[in-house]
Amino acid sequence: MGRSAFRRSRGEGPFRFATTGAGILLLAIMAAIAVFLIVKAVPALQANTSHFLTEKIWTPNATKPVFGIAALAFGTVISSFLALIMALPVAIGVALFISHYAPRRLAGVLGYVIDLLAAVPSVVYGLWGVIFLIPFMKGPSTFLNTYFGWIPLFAGDAVYGKSILTGSIVLAIMILPIIAAISREVFLQAPTMLEEASLALGATRWEMIRMAVLPFGRPGVISAAMLGLGRAMGETIAVALIFPATFTITFQVLSANGNSIAANIANGFGEATPIGQGALIASGLVLFVITLVVNMAARLIISRRKEYSRAAA
Amino acid sequence: MAKQIEIADLDAYYGSHKAIEGITMTIEPRSVTAFIGPSGCGKSTFLRTLNRMHEVIPGARVEGKIMLEDQDLYGSDVDPVSVRRTVGMVFQRPNPFPTMSIFDNVAAGLRLNGRISKSEAEGVVESSLKDANLWNEVKDRLTKPGAGLSGGQQQRLCIARAIAVSPAVLLMDEPCSALDPISTLAIEDLISKLKNDYTIVIVTHNMQQAARVSDRTAFFNLAGQGQPGKLVEMDDTPKIFTNPTQKATEDYITGRFG
Repeated sequence: MGRSAFRRSRGEGPFRFATTGAGILLLAIMAAIAVFLIVKAVPALQANTSHFLTEKIWTPNATKPVFGIAALAFGTVISSFLALIMALPVAIGVALFISHYAPRRLAGVLGYVIDLLAAVPSVVYGLWGVIFLIPFMKGPSTFLNTYFGWIPLFAGDAVYGKSILTGSIVLAIMILPIIAAISREVFLQAPTMLEEASLALGATRWEMIRMAVLPFGRPGVISAAMLGLGRAMGETIAVALIFPATFTITFQVLSANGNSIAANIANGFGEATPIGQGALIASGLVLFVITLVVNMAARLIISRRKEYSRAAA
Repeated sequence: MAKQIEIADLDAYYGSHKAIEGITMTIEPRSVTAFIGPSGCGKSTFLRTLNRMHEVIPGARVEGKIMLEDQDLYGSDVDPVSVRRTVGMVFQRPNPFPTMSIFDNVAAGLRLNGRISKSEAEGVVESSLKDANLWNEVKDRLTKPGAGLSGGQQQRLCIARAIAVSPAVLLMDEPCSALDPISTLAIEDLISKLKNDYTIVIVTHNMQQAARVSDRTAFFNLAGQGQPGKLVEMDDTPKIFTNPTQKATEDYITGRFG
């Protein structure tokens, strides 16, 4: 007898080697980055004379370094969630309009424009925020403070254009295209048979969307929102130009207070001492953890209703 | 409740393509009318014109007249949404809403008509599921997802959903083509029962099924590829299957083509 008829085909070996190698390489790079960051951050954390997680002040370059992540983390989270709250309803509306309401030709053009907006570099949005939105927001902010000051978010004695709210608006505009683009793709994939099922029951178009399209698209929209939230949290240059850059914790988003982790890194890295750089790297690690937690929470939300999400098997 | 349908000189188009041409027929209430014919002859298209689902497809339109008793379904002041509430439909593949429970699936159409009380919904859901011969199988798991049922149960769930809004007409587009023989039999029994209350129109590729369940049968055919489908003849089911008037009908039911 010669060689077995069931021998392994010849192309299999190298291909297997190449794909496994690529996977291992990726993990190795990730691990190397993590180790590098931790090695850089540890000396700074040891030199810190305050508690890193609860301290608000950020003076790591002083001879007696005092720094903590509390104010920065708070500013990052509140500005990103504000941005998400503003962007999400608009993005879903835009996506539904493109996928289910607009005439086909208009939908094509709009979809293209949305993709284009998603590709605009963030520094452009940042400059627009500095040059136009900061002076412009003085008026609307005063209005909100005067008439809606009873809402803690809009309370405060003085109102500024250069505020967390202005930064959040810029963030909202930045993340809107990406959320809208992904949601549109998800909505377009809603099964025709479910749409027809609801129409045949006598549903109007909006009722059809509520019965067949939104439940089907829910996991996808949550993913899109989390992607947008992640982008808002990590956004650096646009908010570095706009946030007031103070280290305080306040819900008064119209005041001249607040900062974010990424903006603080961008503003501070240039003049930082070695300890200061280590402190900034440590703050970056915290940002990474926050993003991770947000993503895991999103996965939890999506998997919780798995029993129901076997869409049109 | 069941109503008569009269169709006069009906054409249906997809864009510039004419899919069916010149169809004129009367569909009797409290009976089962079967549409048979080779693939592409327009029988499903015609079925979808009866509840204005045809026009849901972009570019699709209809010419001609359909009267449901004294109401013109294509009148200029008629809302297609209200037509579909009167003329229910069951599709080829079972399509329960995957995110809804069994109960919510049946109640879905009711809730479209406005808010109804919980006890009222419970009553209608129970009677609809009983009418669909599904109640005994699902009464202990009404809160479970409808997508967890077997294919045949899902199709009966879809029938329950369609009759929960008490339509006058029930359209069925090859309702058994995705089901096994036992589930098919269950649906056919159900059809025979439902015809006491509804006008039923069923499209089927299965000629034995047409012979078993229907009172009247309409045979559709098309002259060739790209040609519009036409009604060849319509008669009492036993007559169509034993002694058809047209040669094309005889060729089709004896399996010489199609």
